[in-house]
Amino acid sequence: MNVVVCAKQIPDPAAPGELDSNTKTLKREGKLILDDSDAYGVEMGLQLADKAGGGEVTLVSMAPNSEVSGLRTALAMGAAKAILVSDPALQGSDSLATAKVLAAAIKRAEPDLVLTATESTDGYTGVLPAQLAEILGWPSITFAKHIEVTDGKAKVQRQTEEGYDEVEAALPAIVSVTAGVVEPRYPSFKGIMAAKNKPVDEVKVADLGLSNDEVGWAGARQSIDDVAAAPEREAGRVVEDEGEAHQEIVQFLEELKVL
Amino acid sequence: MAVSTTWVFAEASEGKVASITLELLTKARDLGGTVEAFYGGADGDAVAEQLGKYGATKVYVADPGDSLQGAPVAAAMAAQIEGGNKPDLILFGQTYDGRDVAGRLSAKLDKPALTNGVDVSADGDKVTVENAIFGGNTLVKTSFAGDGPFIALFRPKSFAAEEGSGGAAEVVKVDVPDTGLSGQTKVLDRHVEEHTGPKLDEADIVVSGGRGLGSAEKYEMIEQLAKLLKGAPGASRAIVDAGWVPYAYQVGQTGKVVKPTIYIAAGISGATQHLVGMKGAKNIIAINKDKDAPIFSVADLGVVGDVHKVVPKLIEALQARS
Repeated sequence: MNVVVCAKQIPDPAAPGELDSNTKTLKREGKLILDDSDAYGVEMGLQLADKAGGGEVTLVSMAPNSEVSGLRTALAMGAAKAILVSDPALQGSDSLATAKVLAAAIKRAEPDLVLTATESTDGYTGVLPAQLAEILGWPSITFAKHIEVTDGKAKVQRQTEEGYDEVEAALPAIVSVTAGVVEPRYPSFKGIMAAKNKPVDEVKVADLGLSNDEVGWAGARQSIDDVAAAPEREAGRVVEDEGEAHQEIVQFLEELKVL
Repeated sequence: MAVSTTWVFAEASEGKVASITLELLTKARDLGGTVEAFYGGADGDAVAEQLGKYGATKVYVADPGDSLQGAPVAAAMAAQIEGGNKPDLILFGQTYDGRDVAGRLSAKLDKPALTNGVDVSADGDKVTVENAIFGGNTLVKTSFAGDGPFIALFRPKSFAAEEGSGGAAEVVKVDVPDTGLSGQTKVLDRHVEEHTGPKLDEADIVVSGGRGLGSAEKYEMIEQLAKLLKGAPGASRAIVDAGWVPYAYQVGQTGKVVKPTIYIAAGISGATQHLVGMKGAKNIIAINKDKDAPIFSVADLGVVGDVHKVVPKLIEALQARS
């Protein structure tokens, strides 16, 4: 069974985010790493292909500056190859344009199953999996906390407000996975070395049969009007515990008439 | 303000309309113009009264059958729109199903969707959505360009829900067009997780634990404290990822947004993605052994101490009173 995993390469979340002062979009100039949220998808893809008795995990990624660092991490985990879409025309793309680009790249890979995160760590729009599925014309199941594939169907436990639903869809399908759906492996030294030589097929917007005005700022049909600091929440009182600090909490709760 | 018609994607469970829907209907009333609801389910009559009370004059009802809402409800919405029944603005919650329906509709109509909104305003034809980025420290205003319908999703608790003076909404059943392969998901079973106590995103008091607890077994005292205070237990992403508690407990950017009267954070450092989920709490109490933990920058009462000492003593003190 062939699986495509949509892998986003993002600025390190440990570093404070910065907006470009002209475009007001997130700066993506430095090294980009594999979004942690996608490590779950990569691992799940590897395990599902394995359980099905064989098949490859192909990564699909849209990133600026021909970035591959994040992809090498996923390739080191065991993904076979990657399709990277990198093109200055993509600057300013929103999630719908991204979905169009990823859909076109996914079609080249012809997978049975596509895995994504529920949302990216840096953009977290959360609508891409559904947009992607609609463009491909495939069924989608989002918020998977458990996935199995049997008899050409994905069987998923889908997180809900009340608990979870058991849902199935015939392949090919898109499934978005939650954190904790599976424990991602750490790449082995051998995996890291092998990753250096795994193929990354880099393509441009035109190679995918899309036109520049469907993507980037041209395609976005939205404008960022204002960026401002949010009103700050004032810090309150801090006490050091010397054995009785819990009483401060009790008193605080009393004052709030909780007790 | 010139939005003539706003649709609100309505969500309900067992005939009870979700809080987010009531919040969005209230905001839609504020924007002026006609407010209508769009609901995916077979029990439109059950929700018509509540929807009407909060401002919807009509509710369009599309029955997804046993498939997930995304494809069928988006198809039904698109069919209405393409048939000439076109709103200027469509409001969705940033919820499991809201994202599915809004995402598919966005692709179907080839219209952008603006997400994670905390506010929306209209000035003539211009509709602007405000959202918070960088852990809630920065507010961004984005406007739609071109024609509608404008699709926007909002975080729960962005707006207060207030009853209006309307009667029951008129129920209008709409067809679900054939969605082909897209529509072919099948819900086989619904599991409702047993839980006592208030729901995490509705509780007045939330007690959350994080990595500072040290191990999964230590989470027990968080549950105990939550129960004593008649609140709901929550968790940071770190311990959900570690498998100590299920994803449903997660508070934060990729989990639930909570705005309780009291939020107690025990052993949580306060990473920005967690703060996003709880900064709106009225009163925040934090317990952490690291005095430089970012959580203290938002806490009204911060205790620098060992959670393994402070929390059990707190529990004991509370038990002594009850």
